[in-house]
Amino acid sequence: MARYHVSATVNGDDVEFLCEPEQTLLDVLRDELHLTGTKEGCASGDCGACSVMIDGRLVCSCLVMGAEVGDREIETIEGMADGEQLHPLQQKFLDYAALQCGYCTPGILIAAKALLERNPDPTETEARFWLAGNLCRCTGYDKIMRAVMDTAAEMRGE
Amino acid sequence: MASDRVNWNGSDVITMRYEAPETMEAAVELLSSDEGARVLAGGTDLLVQLRAEMIEPSLVVDVKRIAAMREITKENDGIRVGAAVAGAELGEHEEFKATWPGVLEAFELIGSTQIQGRATMGGNLCNASPAADSVPAMIAAGATATILGPGGQRDVPVEDIAIGPGQTSLDKGELVTSFFFPKPAARTGDAYLRFIPRTEMDIAVVGAGICLTLDDSDICKAARVSLGAVAARALVVDEAADALIGTPVDEAALAKLAEAASAAAKPIDDKRGTKEFRIQVMGVMARRTAEIALARAKAN
Ligand SMILES: Cc1cc2nc3c(=O)[nH]c(=O)nc-3n(C[C@H](O)[C@H](O)[C@H](O)COP(=O)(O)OP(=O)(O)OC[C@H]3O[C@@H](n4cnc5c(N)ncnc54)[C@H](O)[C@@H]3O)c2cc1C
Ligand code: FES
Ligand code: FES
Repeated sequence: MARYHVSATVNGDDVEFLCEPEQTLLDVLRDELHLTGTKEGCASGDCGACSVMIDGRLVCSCLVMGAEVGDREIETIEGMADGEQLHPLQQKFLDYAALQCGYCTPGILIAAKALLERNPDPTETEARFWLAGNLCRCTGYDKIMRAVMDTAAEMRGE
Repeated sequence: MASDRVNWNGSDVITMRYEAPETMEAAVELLSSDEGARVLAGGTDLLVQLRAEMIEPSLVVDVKRIAAMREITKENDGIRVGAAVAGAELGEHEEFKATWPGVLEAFELIGSTQIQGRATMGGNLCNASPAADSVPAMIAAGATATILGPGGQRDVPVEDIAIGPGQTSLDKGELVTSFFFPKPAARTGDAYLRFIPRTEMDIAVVGAGICLTLDDSDICKAARVSLGAVAARALVVDEAADALIGTPVDEAALAKLAEAASAAAKPIDDKRGTKEFRIQVMGVMARRTAEIALARAKAN
């Protein structure tokens, strides 16, 4: 059975990989490209741990076939910091201790970044609905929400 | 096939081909060429079913590279929405949002932000879950599906596509290419509500899509009522629509509507709701949906 040769960009870099049709984008990121920041929680679209951006849209990489992403632009957690400089959301998650085990954190950061790019001034309700597809078993969400809302305020210059 | 890869089930027994044609005709040809072919739109049902080994297609035909299936176009007498348009894309279309808020609110109830980035109405309809949220709303809106297949093109009312859980009336090689939403008459409003035990991320226990039109003196002159999750497929309930037509959609009419909706409900018992509960809640949701559609019709 032929494997598929796919060219795409990941975090701005051109990448090429071979994948089988059974591999998801999540499998490709982790096993072929060794970008293990993106996590697998449920593999069924429920938990959001595998969140990435494809062509500017937030998606679950566990529900995307690897073979599908030819010529697409993919953004993962590995592209979030600028070298040593953390993204404001990453810094606030540390400041607020908005993570415990950290398994959900890459997905939540990617999803929260997508929110703030579209809506720099969300209400807490809007932010909670936007992040409803990102589950966290540890924090109880309160610190996550405070970190997101405070980052939004900081990025607006308040 | 290399077996050092991570597959759906950790094994290497499945051999599946992936194709991403750029025209609808090429998609139809591929679908007709292989008994085990499946359409892939957003994949939010298909990939879950693959992983669960509920399906084992030999060919997956990705329709997202077909430009015409991703377009939203205005036609003289309505709006056409490509079957592979994702929820997040439709939500950014101001005219659709203003014209069919009920259809959009139903579509946007599907899953999370992440799921909305991928899920399509074509997939929601053709997956043929009795609880599919966008389907009763499309039916109430009077939408038709345009289908292309080896025998050519045909237009079919949305209510005639899903025929039972996981079953559609599509023939071998056929594909839903777009949905057509006819331009609504003046003073028309539509709405969709579902009951779920949570506030987000759940499957409808019951769902109601209603579209109604008022005359100049606020009397309902046309209505369509479709109920979801209370039968093997979304129902079109003429008795429920008749309860509204000719009335000012007042308390008496709403009570009749609720009664007709409950009477039409033939639900199953499952972990999300008992039969009795679903029948009762169906009436309540139909009434609330009609109230929202009424307010929208008055504002139009
Ligand atoms: C976490 C999660 C939450 C969800 N929540 C909801 C919810 O609240 N409400 C709800 O209704 N659904 C829900 N779903 C189910 C699913 O997201 C929807 O049914 C969605 O609309 C499917 O669209 P898709 O484009 O992803 O379909 P796909 O998975 O690509 O396809 C689904 C089926 O339809 C067929 N198909 C797709 N497009 C066509 C076409 N154009 N012509 C012919 N056949 C076609 C495919 O072959 C497949 O059998 C949820 C799913 C997940 C993973
Ligand atoms: S791993 Fe993709 S949503 Fe859970
Ligand atoms: S920090 Fe452990 S799951 Fe969120």
